[in-house]
Amino acid sequence: MAMHQEELVDFDVALEKYDPVLGFEVHVELNTKTKMFSSAPNVFGDVPNTNVTPVCLGLPGVLPVVNKTAVEYAIMIGLALNCKIAERCGFARKNYFYPDTPKNFQTSQYDDPIAYDGWIDIELSDGEVFRVEIERAHMEEDAGKLTHMGGSTGRIQGADYSLVDYNRSGVPLVEIVTKTIEGAGKRAPELAKAYVAAIREIVKALDVSDAKMERGNVRCDANVSLMLKGAEKFGTRTETKNVNSLRAVEHAVRFEIERHAAVLNSGEAIVQETRHWHEDTRTTTSGRPKSDADDYRYFPEPDLVPVVTTVEWIEELRSRLPEPPAERRKRLQADWGYSDAEFRDVVNAGVTEQIEETIAAGTTAAVARKWWMGEIARLAKNADKDVADLGVTSATIVELNSLIESKKINDKIARQVLEFVVAGEGTPSEVVEKRSLAVVNDDSALGAAIDAAMEAMPDVVAKVKGGKLQAIGALMGPVMKATRGQADAGRVRELVLQKLGIEG
Amino acid sequence: MSAISREDVAHLAQLAHIEMSDAELDKMTGELGVIVESIASVSEAASADVPATTHPIALSNVFREDVVGPTLTAEEALMNAPDSVDTRFKVPAILDGE
Repeated sequence: MAMHQEELVDFDVALEKYDPVLGFEVHVELNTKTKMFSSAPNVFGDVPNTNVTPVCLGLPGVLPVVNKTAVEYAIMIGLALNCKIAERCGFARKNYFYPDTPKNFQTSQYDDPIAYDGWIDIELSDGEVFRVEIERAHMEEDAGKLTHMGGSTGRIQGADYSLVDYNRSGVPLVEIVTKTIEGAGKRAPELAKAYVAAIREIVKALDVSDAKMERGNVRCDANVSLMLKGAEKFGTRTETKNVNSLRAVEHAVRFEIERHAAVLNSGEAIVQETRHWHEDTRTTTSGRPKSDADDYRYFPEPDLVPVVTTVEWIEELRSRLPEPPAERRKRLQADWGYSDAEFRDVVNAGVTEQIEETIAAGTTAAVARKWWMGEIARLAKNADKDVADLGVTSATIVELNSLIESKKINDKIARQVLEFVVAGEGTPSEVVEKRSLAVVNDDSALGAAIDAAMEAMPDVVAKVKGGKLQAIGALMGPVMKATRGQADAGRVRELVLQKLGIEG
Repeated sequence: MSAISREDVAHLAQLAHIEMSDAELDKMTGELGVIVESIASVSEAASADVPATTHPIALSNVFREDVVGPTLTAEEALMNAPDSVDTRFKVPAILDGE
């Protein structure tokens, strides 16, 4: 596919002239055992078309029945987002023709969402708290999964045919829609990422979703428009669909700001349209224009009766909510003993959960921070990936740390081991075994290396004998070299002192 | 004046992916107009303070517990499929990227 090269304006230059206006639609797949309207299992990754019932396939005569747990999860999400919960709401049919929806409509909610008028406070990296207003959170169902076959790109353009798996058809979704977000300025991309991260954190804490973005459990459509500074009327917006990682959300918003600015600067108008995000090139391309295709002819779903909530029911669900994220952060910081700056860095790096899990699995707070904020962050940066996508878990760190504590490996080797773990070579122990990385603390092997080093550096030996113990450091280089970096530095020091008859 | 114009019908036909001839459009414009006008008489009976009804029986909260039930096998699911590959439905490529 020939890709049209988009003109862009440098981000900072664009922001001198324009104010970005944002809006997000985040779809959250719920982790109920069954689907929204049928008792088919809600399981990811099974053989295609095995988790389906006649309801999922839209066969004639079927009747949907609402999953009570899904309704409760939707209410809990609404409460966590400080929304009002509708006393009464219903389902509606959103009509469109596409093979991912066999019944030719998606069951959703239209003008009476279950939750509305909420807000969420987003903490930005400069410490400022930015409030995002929530317009609504409504219940709906996911569509089937299409795989486009043939053609050269694997994308729909040029595809010969598509294959459809309806296992995902009918999986419960909650769609969270923000009000228009103004005033983010240069922090718009950061806010976008932080907002989606916050939604992810909430639904994970509520345990109503697996919240794995790489599996599409949380998906973001990002609306971006620009208006001249001081203008009162919003510009035309574009909607970038299915941006499915935190970094991609940040990049997509940034790209659209740069692209919009270039279009507007050239005197042309922004076309109101959907845009497709391409992770490989970190660009968006034109999807379809907003037009007749958006005429979904919503109407009330006659096969489903309204959902009526009571104060008692809502309060019972409210009592199940975990502590709010802001309070949780305060508690964690106190528990872990991190400074304000240290803790903020941890939050900004998005590794709070990982550190919490690692500590729970048995390391100290300092060790957990050292790894997640140090070597793991570095590896993620080098690989240009999210930390969460590296394949490092709390178990990896606990294992690595116990290998260090038992003196099987030293810190330096541990960092190498981690690199091999990330490269997919197995657990830390397996890597150490396979690559023979265990520290040499076999005294005879060390002794030979130390003898050789002492013989080669008589002046250093003389200094150490004369009481300058720190001179031992000079012997460390050759010893490490002789043992390929696998000597235990502490043991080397002990052995040197022993050989010279000096009390450590 | 009819509540439904010929353009409305053409638009609806397009949304519904139905091909209609000029004669069919004319005929349907008249028929849909009659239907819409007939239904409109309901709003004469119901004043503004009567909420819209979406279901003939005043039921609410008909729920199902979140318990897995029987499913079709892939073979059963694909029984009526015009075409399939392995256990998936095969459909023509449709240009719309959504």
